[in-house]
This record gives sequence, C-alpha cells and structure tokens, in this order.
Amino acid sequence: MIEIVSAGVMASVQDLGRPGWRNLGVGSSGAMDALALRIGNMMVGNPQDLAGIEFTLGGFRLRFQRDAVFALTGADAGAVLDGVPVPAWWVRHARAGQVLSAQMAGRGMRSYLAVAGGIDVAPVMGSRATDLKGGFGGLEGRALQAGDLLPVAEAEPPRIGPCGFGLDAARLNLLPEAEPEIRFIPAKEWDIHGPALQERFLTSAWVLQPDSNRMGYRLSGPEMRRGEPLELLSHGILPGTIQLPPGGQPVIQLNDANTCGGYPKLGVVVEADLTALAQLRLGARLRFRAVTRDEALAARAARETFITRLATRIALARDYSMRSGWNG
Amino acid sequence: MSGPVFSELGEAALLCEYAPGALDLDRQRRVWAVASGLAGVPGVREVIPGMNNLAVVYDPDAFNPATLAAQIKALWSAPIPDATGGRTHEIAVTYGGEAGPDLPTLAEAAGMSPAAFAELHAGGDYTVYALGSQPGFGYLGGLDPRLAAPRRAVVHPRVEAGRVIIGGAQTAVQSRTTPSGWHMIGRTEAVFFDPAADRPALLAPGDRVKFRLSEVLA
Repeated sequence: MIEIVSAGVMASVQDLGRPGWRNLGVGSSGAMDALALRIGNMMVGNPQDLAGIEFTLGGFRLRFQRDAVFALTGADAGAVLDGVPVPAWWVRHARAGQVLSAQMAGRGMRSYLAVAGGIDVAPVMGSRATDLKGGFGGLEGRALQAGDLLPVAEAEPPRIGPCGFGLDAARLNLLPEAEPEIRFIPAKEWDIHGPALQERFLTSAWVLQPDSNRMGYRLSGPEMRRGEPLELLSHGILPGTIQLPPGGQPVIQLNDANTCGGYPKLGVVVEADLTALAQLRLGARLRFRAVTRDEALAARAARETFITRLATRIALARDYSMRSGWNG
Repeated sequence: MSGPVFSELGEAALLCEYAPGALDLDRQRRVWAVASGLAGVPGVREVIPGMNNLAVVYDPDAFNPATLAAQIKALWSAPIPDATGGRTHEIAVTYGGEAGPDLPTLAEAAGMSPAAFAELHAGGDYTVYALGSQPGFGYLGGLDPRLAAPRRAVVHPRVEAGRVIIGGAQTAVQSRTTPSGWHMIGRTEAVFFDPAADRPALLAPGDRVKFRLSEVLA
C-alpha cells in the first residue's frame, strides 16, 4: 500500500486512459502527460500502460507501507525520500515506512509516480484511470486525499542498484519548454475565420488562464471575435480540440472534457504535442503552428522511435547501477 | 440525397456531417446506420454519433482520410433502415418543487400554468439521438416547440443526476451531477449510468423515452 499523507493541489490515479466509450458520453481521462507515465513505467519494469499517480504542481507527501521500487517523472518537484533527494526521471528503492515528500514544482505542471507492479485499483470499463466527472475509476472515482491507501500489485521488482538510476532529462529533451510551440491540424471551421483572424491566432502568444485544468485550457490573448456567432450541432470532440467560443478567446478541450461540443473548431493539437500542453504552467505562454497531417504523423512516429530507443538506454542504466557504487 | 461533408479532427479522426440544416430524424437514422456499419471494422477505433453527424477515430496505420471517407460514403448511400428497433423507456418524473426550480419561470414565458407545461412535457414522444457530454447523457429530440427556452444566462453550478432539464429545443435528464446552463424542471429516480453494469448506459441511440407525470409540486 501507498498512503497519501498530503495530495497537494490535485492528485489522481491515472493510466493511459479509457478510449472507446465516447459513444456513451464517457471521455478518455488518463494521464495528461502520457509520455511521462509511459517512461516512468518503463523505468520500474512495468508495461507502459499501468496506473500511476498524477500530481499537480508537486507539494505532495506519501508513505510507502511496503518496500517498493518507484520512479518520478514529469515536472521536477524537488522530491526527497526521508531527506535524500530524488530528482525527476529517477528510479529507486523505498523501504517500508519511508516518506517521499515533494515541494512545489519549479518547472512543469504535472509529476508522475510509477511503482513496480502498478497502482492496483479495480479497472472500470477497461481502465484504472479516474473519471472525475463520471465519478468512477481510480480510487472511488475521485481526486486523492490525505489518508487514502492505494494498493500496489505484486510484481517481481526490477533489479536496480542501491542508489537507483536516472535519465538525463536535459539531454533527452524531456524538460518542459517555457513557451512551447504547439502544432495543430486545422479543423472544419478554420477556413471561415478568414486570413486576418487566422494570422492573429498564429502570430500571437497565448496565456494559459488560472482556471484551466484536466477538462480544458482557457487561453487569453488578442480579441478573436467573429462577426456573426456560428451555432453548430453537437458533435464528438477529442482531447486537443481548439475551439473558439463566441467570447473570442480560444479554449483547448483535454482529457476530462465533455465528449461532445458545438463551438467552432480552429483545429486539433497533434497528439505528439499533448505532452507539452500537459506541462504548461498556469500563466505561461504558448504559440500555435498549423501543420499538415503528414507532419503530425512524422511527429508521432518520432516519439515512438524515441520510446523504443529509451528502452535500451533504461536497460543499460539499470545494469550499470547494479555494477557501480555498491561493494557490499 | 446529399453526401456527407468530411473534415479532419487531428491526425487520426474524421468528422462526417450533413450540410448545415435543422436537426432531422431521418438524417439521424442514417447516422445510426453508418455508425453500426463501421463498428468492428478493423482499424476503426471509435465511432461517435453526434447530432446529425458522426466522428470516427481511426488507426492512422490502417486508414488515411481519403480511404476512410470512401468507406463511409459507401455506407452513407445505402437506404435508411425503416424501424430502429430501439427500446422504449418510461421514466416517472416529479415536476417543479425544489428539484424543478425553473418550471414556474419557463411556464410563465410559455404563457401557461406549471401544471399545463408539465403535462405537455410528459405527453411528448422523445427519441434518443445520441449520447454525449457526460456518461450516459442522452440528447433527446421531440420537444414541443412551445416548451423550448434559450439556455440560462447564469449557469447552475450544481445540477444533480436525475434532474429533468430543458436547453434550447432539447430536453434531457442529467446522468451525473455537473454544472449546467439548462433549466431544471423536475426530477426522476431512474439511473442513467452505472459503470459496473454490462450495459453501463440506460439509453442507446434510437431508443424512445416517455416521461410519466408523477406529480407537480408548487
């Protein structure tokens, strides 16, 4: 079991989500930064899709009630295990009773705890992800709170050295960017907005508003209001859909969004850039770039190649950690 | 018959719509038929019927927008099936009172008494067009135009599951407790979504809904 001593701003159990039920009004949920959770699972020797904990802005505290091997990925929240620093993108042992505590994240928005065996809450409709709106999945369908006990599945722990091992996040380009350029594929209503509004959208820096969350991001920037408001019939939308409501300020629908929407769509963020969005700080700036489907597919393929190469690198680092620094 | 209009929803999804027009049941029947024709096709990951439209999530290694559109067009040109074979749900509703605080205002705007408004609502024959928005939430067509009401200027911060609501020309029942800009006119005890059930959603597209008036509270 892992005991939540303090959950911080918002923490929930997440895996790679619950796709396939949008026709019932059930969204995908799942880790906002799926890449970080996948890598965390790889580091602790899990299949990439097991459940971990998504923390927001750090500031959490938890106690391992049994020995465990865990990894922290995503935003660096200056975590310490009983006083010993555990950097982001690092994997190590925890003994029963040890406390892992994190400060406010200095950079990035979301941190992930992956643990060997995975968080073992009961799957609902094929996934352990918390559906906060639906009130199911994860732990009792809700955000984590102090006193919660999370079961960890039994697993053969990966053989790692006593200090564990880590990934060089800077060299691997895993650090969140301060002002990312988010690529998107234009959607149906992009053209009706005309060159002036399109230009304004593409050349402006947009600021992430404080009431943004797992459901969606509200952006603020120059006025984007059209002459006559356009009413669409409700249709299925996906995480990354950039809408322009009549107020003239864009929103990006994300993992916990409603499955249907009716606002005009400027585009849909390419899947490979959802990680950068997930790590964007409230109040931070972003820019948009329109790309073709081929560019989006190339970015997707590049990410999968990166993951494959990372598996080799992780195996090497694990072996090296076994050989070095431990003389009995 | 006019063909569907296709547009991309990112690199791995396609939206198929009719040319703009009023919501239409025959169009929706075609959407349901195309949706069931696509379900289970290898490389098709999700089929999401909307209101007179259809979103399809696909494996980009199996399809590109042109090949998928061709497959959808072929299904689209088949004749619309006559009967939907859907189920009929009879839902008991208590109108007004604490659970339907907007009933008096809506009734007044429609120029009738709350009881008459409730009777008209309960007398309607509703069709589930699609599920969406929240788990198990059914978009119902068939609201008497006299009962339509523009959405609220101020959103209700908490509309509980089971509340019967009206928004624009649509009526529905909340399946989860969420904020809503629709008007609350009553409540039902029926459970519209149970994630542990074999069929998690009570309603399915093509089903009929009849509301039965239990009582009207002041």
